[in-house]
Formats: sequence, structure tokens, C-alpha cells
Amino acid sequence: MIPEIGQYALILALLVALTQGTLPLIGAHRGDADWMALARPASFAQFLFVATAFGCLTHAYVTSDFSVLNVAQNSHTAKPMLYKISGVWGNHEGSLLLWALILAVYGLAVGAFGTNLPAPLRAHVLAIQALVSVGFLAFTIFTSNPFERLDPAPLNGSDLNPLLQDPGLAFHPPFLYLGYVGFSMAFSFAIAALLEGRVDAAWARWVRPWTLTAWCFLTIGIAMGSWWAYYELGWGGFWFWDPVENASFMPWLAGTALLHSAIVCEKRDALKSWTILLAIITFSLSLLGTFLVRSGVLTSVHAFATDPTRGVFILGFLVFVVGGSLLLYAVRAPAMKTGGLFAPISREGSLVVNNLLLSTACATVFLGTMYPLFLDALGGDKVSVGAPYFTGTFAPLMTPLLMLTAIGPMMSWKRADLPGVLGRLKLALIAALAVAVLIWAFTSGSSPLPAFGIGLAAWLIAGALTGLAERMKLGRAPLRESWNRAVHLPRSAYGMAIAHAGLGVVLAGIVASQSWQAESIQLMRAGDVAEVAGYEFKLLGVRQEQGPNYESQRAEILVTENGDMVARLFPEKRHYPVQDMPTTEAAIHSTWFADLYAVIGDENPHDGDGSSWNTRIYHNPLVPWIWLGGIVIMIGGAISLSDRRHRVGAPTRARRLRTTAAEAA
Amino acid sequence: MTRKRRRLMFVATGMVVLAAAAGLVLTAFEDNLVFFHSPTDVGEKGIPEGKRFRLGGLVEENSVHKTDGGLTVAFRVTDLSNAIPVTYKGLLPDLFREGQGVVAEGVLNQEGVFEAAEVLAKHDENYMPPEVAEALKKSGYWQEKAAE
Repeated sequence: MIPEIGQYALILALLVALTQGTLPLIGAHRGDADWMALARPASFAQFLFVATAFGCLTHAYVTSDFSVLNVAQNSHTAKPMLYKISGVWGNHEGSLLLWALILAVYGLAVGAFGTNLPAPLRAHVLAIQALVSVGFLAFTIFTSNPFERLDPAPLNGSDLNPLLQDPGLAFHPPFLYLGYVGFSMAFSFAIAALLEGRVDAAWARWVRPWTLTAWCFLTIGIAMGSWWAYYELGWGGFWFWDPVENASFMPWLAGTALLHSAIVCEKRDALKSWTILLAIITFSLSLLGTFLVRSGVLTSVHAFATDPTRGVFILGFLVFVVGGSLLLYAVRAPAMKTGGLFAPISREGSLVVNNLLLSTACATVFLGTMYPLFLDALGGDKVSVGAPYFTGTFAPLMTPLLMLTAIGPMMSWKRADLPGVLGRLKLALIAALAVAVLIWAFTSGSSPLPAFGIGLAAWLIAGALTGLAERMKLGRAPLRESWNRAVHLPRSAYGMAIAHAGLGVVLAGIVASQSWQAESIQLMRAGDVAEVAGYEFKLLGVRQEQGPNYESQRAEILVTENGDMVARLFPEKRHYPVQDMPTTEAAIHSTWFADLYAVIGDENPHDGDGSSWNTRIYHNPLVPWIWLGGIVIMIGGAISLSDRRHRVGAPTRARRLRTTAAEAA
Repeated sequence: MTRKRRRLMFVATGMVVLAAAAGLVLTAFEDNLVFFHSPTDVGEKGIPEGKRFRLGGLVEENSVHKTDGGLTVAFRVTDLSNAIPVTYKGLLPDLFREGQGVVAEGVLNQEGVFEAAEVLAKHDENYMPPEVAEALKKSGYWQEKAAE
């Protein structure tokens, strides 16, 4: 009964989306206020129906209703509750439903908070948003129905892929989708602007917070995915330049560029058509990412769908959305008036360079990711593009960008004084150079690149702090005045400084772990000791244990440094009987400066006296900084988002307050 | 500076960045494009030793054994018409099994043994890497059942 309610709700949602996607559009075209007004209640109804459908599917998972095919294929009664719930989106059909739900939530947000938007703009935005919904709902209903019944119902389900039964991964897809789908807002606003033929500061004021919100979620989603790969796959690495990872990284790069160009758009009324193009590209890359991971063209844990009709449908939808919006852009963009002028050396200029480098970097990642697919589609050789390609192109493009990150924000709008800015960054430069020289002295004889990388990280952090100190006039004005300025600095200034400093933290983590990782593979018997990076790892023993839905071989490794105990590690080799699948659970001991990482492999029974095990041990310097920095970046974004000027609708309210205050006076 | 010259300057900067990127891409492509070959391809195409490539096929039944006291694994990758011996030092992915599909990346040594630097992890018991399926189809031993 309940699955059928979900099914009906989904169909109703599609019908509502169709209405919301057409009538308000026609209304806006004709200037009919009633038709335009339809969009708002429609967005509420759409959310209600999609949420009902999602709730019904969740109910089926929680109660283990195996008469639903989707539940039977992806769940099991012995599975812990957390994974029963995360199982809802741990499969193709459910993850699409989640997509649709999040899309409806964003639509709801425009409907609910967009009361101060001009009516035609709101109608346009909600209609575009609904048209995207139509695509996804139709895809769900016609090719991947999550509510399909199974008769007779099996006694138990065939369980979720054990690799996905992990707390880090349980919340990775929702965050990633909140990011992907969040860019649909920028997209809808961009298309609305093209349809209306104008972009003003109010437009940019709306686009910025939504882009920032989406970007924060995407940042966390990517960080979670990389964290999962780090500890679950047992390879000691955190980023593999795998096409699936790139699929989420490309929208992030484009989104980061959009975030910065929207600033110019809002503050200086310039770069308007470029911002619109970026918004289209960013969302298109989000769709492409979904297509890549969902259509089964890539070999990965994400490739649930291997049904060719699905691939064709997504591809068709992708071509329609991307092609259509780019065509619209080509026709309408030249009509956009260009705004504020600026000199090449200025804040705007630096943001242009930022955009140039980010989009070029995004293009190189795109090329490396798509080239093998294109070649294969054209019937050429089967190739893959290795990680060295990506590091070889990405790093040189990012280096100037990161150098500029500290300088750009200190430049003034319109025309900046570069020597003056560099002069004010003297201290930061000295600090960065000192760090680089120190590192190089300690690692003498090796390549100077790691020292340069860490120096660059220090430059980012010191530069961000200098930027804040400058705005507070710290040391140049009385302390009281500095304090006053610090209190009154806009939150977006703090947010930016924190995010940029977080980038430095991430960079330090990446450089250190890439340059100084120590790895050791060996055969160990109980009592054996392996030495890695000055630590002694002693294998105490391996025990059989029973988990809720798996059996495990659990090793105990005692880590000591010069005889002092550092940690006890318990790496596991698990076996999930329902899917007959083994997994490796790495044991990780994190300190502020490094990770000790141990993995246990196959048992070699009766090897001399007793069994021996293959073990793999890593010492990963500064690796925790990568995720720590990711969180710092996200916090920076969130603080910036809490800025009063970013709060949607705030400008009008503030103005109203001011008028009342003036009247009172 | 006039508006036109300013715009020209931005376009020029863009061109420089793009040219640099194109240069980077081309040099990186040349070195890092890894081709995929089936065991039959390896025999036919005469791949030079030391050239990095990906080898895909099935792990031959009863071919997996450990050497070097258990640290190195030796096995054979087959497309059911030809097979190539492979060695790999390290921990095999969880789903490495005889009779299952596998993709390994590495180089051929002087003896014609494929030294794998990486054995790619599959993520699912039932999953067959598309490259492997292709190789099996080419050698004429593809059965739909193997894909299920």
C-alpha cells in the first residue's frame, strides 16, 4: 500500500512539475500576473509530492519490505539501521529520487524566500527549475522506478554492497547532491536572465548565496568521498584522479570560478555574460557528472545502472539541457550590456585571472577524463589517462592561482597599486620563504618542490591573515580602533580569509603526504616487528570475530616509538556472507602531524610455524590536514554565507529599517 | 588605456594561459596515455618491454601462487585463447579471485612476464570491467552468463 502511495506521489509530482515548467513561463512572456503566480504554490506542491515519495521509499527500507524490488536488491534485515536508511540512496533508483527531492527543496526555497524577487524573474526561475525536475522525474518514473513490486517477495534481501556500508559514505551522496543540484539555482537564474535579457546587481545578489551554499555542500561531499577512499580502499591514497572523482571535481572547479565571478557581477556590474556562461557550464558539468557515474560508462562503485536505455535517456537529457542553454546563450548574450570598466591591475583583473586559471584547469581535467571515452566511442584504442597527466597539468596551473590568492583580495577595485599591495604583504612573503627554506634545509639533497609547496601553503595562510590585519589596520592604528574595525568587518571578509587559509592547510596536507609518505609491505607472523618512519609496528595476533552482518579477521598491532607506546591498531579483513564479498578495513591512528595506517591482507596458513599475514603499513605525514582544511574551507564559506548582505531579502529589510529610523529621528 | 586595448590585453592574457595549458596537456598526454591490451593483443602487437600498459582478462583458474615467501603473487591473465604470466608485489584487491575479471597496469619484463604495479580493484562481485568483457568478446569466449 505505502509503496503505491509513493508511486502516485511521484506521478503527481511529475504533473505538477510539467505545469510549473510551462504555464508561468507563458505567463511571464505575456505579462499575465495570474499565470506567473502559479509558480509559487506549484513549487510547494512539487516538494510535498516528491517528499512523500521519498518518505514512502524510506519507509519500505526501514521496515525491510522485500516485496519492493529495489529494497530486496539492496537491503537485508541484518543490516544496521543507519545503512538501511543510507541504502535508500545507495542504489540507482533511490539516488535519482534523492536528486529529485533536493531539486524540489531548492525550488521550494525560491518559492518561499523569493517574495521580494520581481514577479517575472521568479516565474522564470521556478519554471526552469521545474523543467529540470521534469527531466529527472520522468527518468525516474519511466526507466528507473524505485517502487517496482516483486512477487513473490523473497524472505530476505541481497544486501547493500559492503563497501558502501560505511558512515563516511552514508552521507557522501546527500552532500554531493546538495552541491550538484544547488548549482541548478545558478543555472535557473542564468537562463531566466537570458530570457529576460538583463542582469542587474539584484540578480547577482541572489545568485551568489545559492552558489556559495551549493559550493559548500559540494566541498564537504568531495572531502567525504576522498576520506572514504582513503580509509576504505586500503591503498593509503586520498585522490586517484579516477574519472568518477573527476566527475565531482569539475563542477567544483567551475563552481569556484562562478563564486568569484559573481562577486564582480554584484559589486562592479561587470563580467555579466561570462558569469551566466559559467553558471550554465557549472550545472552542465554537474549533469555530466551524474551521467558519467550513473550510466555505467565508467568502471566504478557508482555504476549501478547498466541498462542502456537509461544511458541514452541521460545522454539525451544532457544534450538537450546543455545544447539548449548554450544555444540560448549564443543568441541572447550579445545583447547584454557591458558594465563597469576596470584596469588590468585591479581586484576585478585578479578575479578575471582567477577565473581564467580555474576554467583552464577544469578544461584540462575534462580533457583527461573524457578523452578515453571519446576515443572508445569513435571506435579507437582503449586507453586510460593516468594520474601523472592530471598532476602534470593541474599543478602548474594551480601554482600561479595560489600565489595570486593572497594578493588579489588586497587589491582595490577598478585600479590597484601592485607595488603597494606587495609591500603590505612583505611579512607574509618573508614567513613563507622562511618556511620553505627551513623545510628544504631539513630535507636537503631531495627535490626543492616539496619545500616550495609547503612554502606556498604558508604564503596562503599568512596572506589571508595579513589581509584581515590590513583591514583592521592592525599596528597602524590605535588598538582600540583596530578592535572597532575588527568587530565591524563584514562576515564575508572573515569567511574569505578563513576559506583561503583553509586552502593553504589542504595544500600543505597534499604536498607533505605526496612527498614524504613512507610505505612498507611485508609478511608478518604473530610477534614480528616492522619498522616504518621511526615507529615499530608489532603484530600481536589475529583473531576471528563476528560482526552484525559480517565475519572478520581482526589483527592487533602495537605501535611504539623508542619503546614508548603510541597506539594500538586493529586492521580487519571482513567477509560479508550475503554478498560473498570481502572488504579491507584499514586501521588509522591520526595525530596532528601524521597518520599511522595499517592494513592486513591475506593469511598464509601453515607457513612454517603458524600462519603469516601480508601487511601494508604507511606513515602519511600531514594527511589529516587535507580533511581538516576541507572543513575549514567549508566553515569559511558558511561564515561568508551568514553575512547580512548575503542573506536573501536582507537589503530591502535593512532599507526599510533605515527609513523607519530616519522617520523616528 | 582605451577600452579596446584593455580588452585586447585580457584576450592576450587568456591566449597565453591557454597556450601554456595546451602545451602542458600535450606533453603530459604523450607520456601518460596508457593503452589497454588483451593477452591476445600482447602476442600480436609485440609490445616493447618497459612500455606501460593495462592488461585485462580473466584470472586463469589454478594459476595463482605465491612466491618470495608469500609477498609476491604470480598468476596468469587469460582471454581464454591466450594467457600472459603476471607478477605483483603487494596486497591484492579484495575481490581478486581465480576465474574473475581483472585489470592490471604495469610493464613487460625481459622474460615476457607482466610486472604489475597496480592491480585494479573491482568494487562488486558481479561486475565485469567493460574492457575485460570486450577482450573476451574479441577472443570469441564471451558468454552472457559471465556478465551476470
